[in-house]
Amino acid sequence: MADTVKIRIHDLHKSFGSKVVLDGVSIDVAPAESLVVIGGSGTGKSVLLKHIVGLLRPDSGTVEVDGTAVETLGNREITEFRRKFGMAFQEGALFDSMTVWQNVAFPLQRLTKMSRGEIDDRVEECLEMVRLEGVSEKLPSQLSGGMRRRVGFARAVAHQPEILLFDEPTTGLDPVTTALIDEVILDLSDRLKTTTITITHDMESAFRIGDRIAMLNRGKIIAEAPPEEFKRLDDPRVQQFIHGKAEGPLSEEVGGPRDTRDRLGSKAGESEVPNRP
Amino acid sequence: MKVPGSLEGFFEQMGRFFQMTGRVFAWTPRPPYDWRELFRQMVKVGVNSTPVVLLTTLFTGMVLALQTFTVLQRFNAESFVGSLVALSMVRELSAVLSGLIVAGRAGSAMGAELGTMRVTEQIDALEVMATDPVHYLVVPRVWASTIMLPLLVALGNGIGILGGYLVAVVLFKANPVSYVHRTFQYMQLNDLLSGLIKAAIFGFLLALIGCQQGFYTSGGAEGVGRSTTAAVVVASIAILISDFFLTRLLF
Repeated sequence: MADTVKIRIHDLHKSFGSKVVLDGVSIDVAPAESLVVIGGSGTGKSVLLKHIVGLLRPDSGTVEVDGTAVETLGNREITEFRRKFGMAFQEGALFDSMTVWQNVAFPLQRLTKMSRGEIDDRVEECLEMVRLEGVSEKLPSQLSGGMRRRVGFARAVAHQPEILLFDEPTTGLDPVTTALIDEVILDLSDRLKTTTITITHDMESAFRIGDRIAMLNRGKIIAEAPPEEFKRLDDPRVQQFIHGKAEGPLSEEVGGPRDTRDRLGSKAGESEVPNRP
Repeated sequence: MKVPGSLEGFFEQMGRFFQMTGRVFAWTPRPPYDWRELFRQMVKVGVNSTPVVLLTTLFTGMVLALQTFTVLQRFNAESFVGSLVALSMVRELSAVLSGLIVAGRAGSAMGAELGTMRVTEQIDALEVMATDPVHYLVVPRVWASTIMLPLLVALGNGIGILGGYLVAVVLFKANPVSYVHRTFQYMQLNDLLSGLIKAAIFGFLLALIGCQQGFYTSGGAEGVGRSTTAAVVVASIAILISDFFLTRLLF
C-alpha cells in the first residue's frame, strides 16, 4: 500500500469562522504522479495545499504523507517532515529583504549540507531552468510579477524535494513562459520521479502537465479523471469550467457563503482573479 | 454566557503575548545562532534610533531644569535643580521616553515588516522550508531590542543631564561647579540600575508586542496597517503600565 499511495487525503474538513472551505475532501496521490487541481476562486484549493504541508490543521479528517498523519506531528517532527516538500506560493512569497540569489539559496542552506560552491552551481542551474539569468543580485522588488513567480518556482525546486506543491505557478505569465514552466514540471515528475500537485486556472497547462485532473467545487472534489477522460466528463460544472463560459451551474453559486469574509479570510489565500481557462 | 467582543479580543491578545514569550524563550538557546541578523537588528533598533532619542532626552532635561528652577526658586531651593534633573532622568524619564520613541520607531516597523511577510505568505514559505518563523524572525528582533534599549537610555541619561546643566548654567547663571556637585551628590548606583533594568524590559516588551502584532496579521494591506498601529498603541500602553509596577517593585 505504501508504495502506491504517496499522499492520502481522507474526508478533510476545514472552516474559517462560519465559512466552510473544505467540506469532506478525499483524494489519493500516487508516487511520481502529477495531479492538477482546478476550481474557481475561493473553492479552497490553496487551503488544501496548506493542509498537506501542515501549515493548516484540519478540523476533521486526515492527511497522510508516506503513511504519516500530518496532524499528529509535533513541532520538531514537522520541521523534519517538511524537508520532503517544495512549495511555490501564489505571488512568489519571496523574502523581500534578500536578493534573488539568497532566496533560491535559502532552502539549500537550511535543508541540505551543500558547500558554498555547490549551492552557487545549483542556484544558477535553477535560475537557468526558469530562464532567469543575470538577476541573481536583484531584490524581489526590482522584478516584475512574472519574474518573482519564476524565482519562487526555482526556490521550490532547488533542494530537489520528493513532493512539489505549486499554487498557480503560471497565472499571469505569458504563454511561452507558461509552456516552459509546464515542461519543467513534466520533467521533474518524469526524470526525478517527483510527486507534484499543481493548482491552476489554466486549462491548457492543466491538460499538458496532469496525469490526473481533479476539480474542487464548494469544498468537495466533484470530478477526477485523467486529462483525456476529464475533457469528456458530462458534469455541466466541469464543462463550464473547461470552456470558460460565464453562464452555467458554477455561476449560480457565486455570491454564496464565500462573501462572508471573516478575519481568516485572507489565509485562504484565494486570489479574486476570474477564471480564464 | 456571551463574552463581549472587546473582552474576548483582550484575552486573545494576552494569550498570544504569553504564547509568543514562551516560544521566544524556547527557541533562543537552539542553534543555529544568527549573529549577523542579531547585529543587523541591533543597528536598526539602536543605532538608527539614537538621534531621535538624544534629541528627546536633551530637551526633556532642558525643560526639567527650566520648570524646576522656576518652582524651586519660590522656596529658595534652586540649588537642588541639579539633583532633581539627574534623578528624574536616570530613574524614570530617560527609560520611559526612549521606550515610547523606540516603540513608535522600531516596534511599528517590526509590526509592519512581519505583517507584510504574513500577508504575502513569506512566513508560510519560511515554515515550509523547515524554518521556524519565531526562531528566525522574532528571536533576533526581541533580543536586539532588549540589549539596545539600555544602551540608548544610558546615552539619554548623559544627554538629559547635559541639557539640564546647559539651562541652569547658561540661562539661570547657576554655579557650574556646585551644579555638577549637586547632580551626583544624591545619586546611587541603584538609581542608575533601576532605570537600565526598566529599559531592558521595555525593549523586550516593545519588540515582542511589535512582532506579535505583525505575526498574527490578516486581511491584506489594511491588516498590515492595523497591526502597525496596534504595535505602537499596545506597546506604549504596556510600557506605561508596566513602568508603574516596575518602579514599585524595583525601589
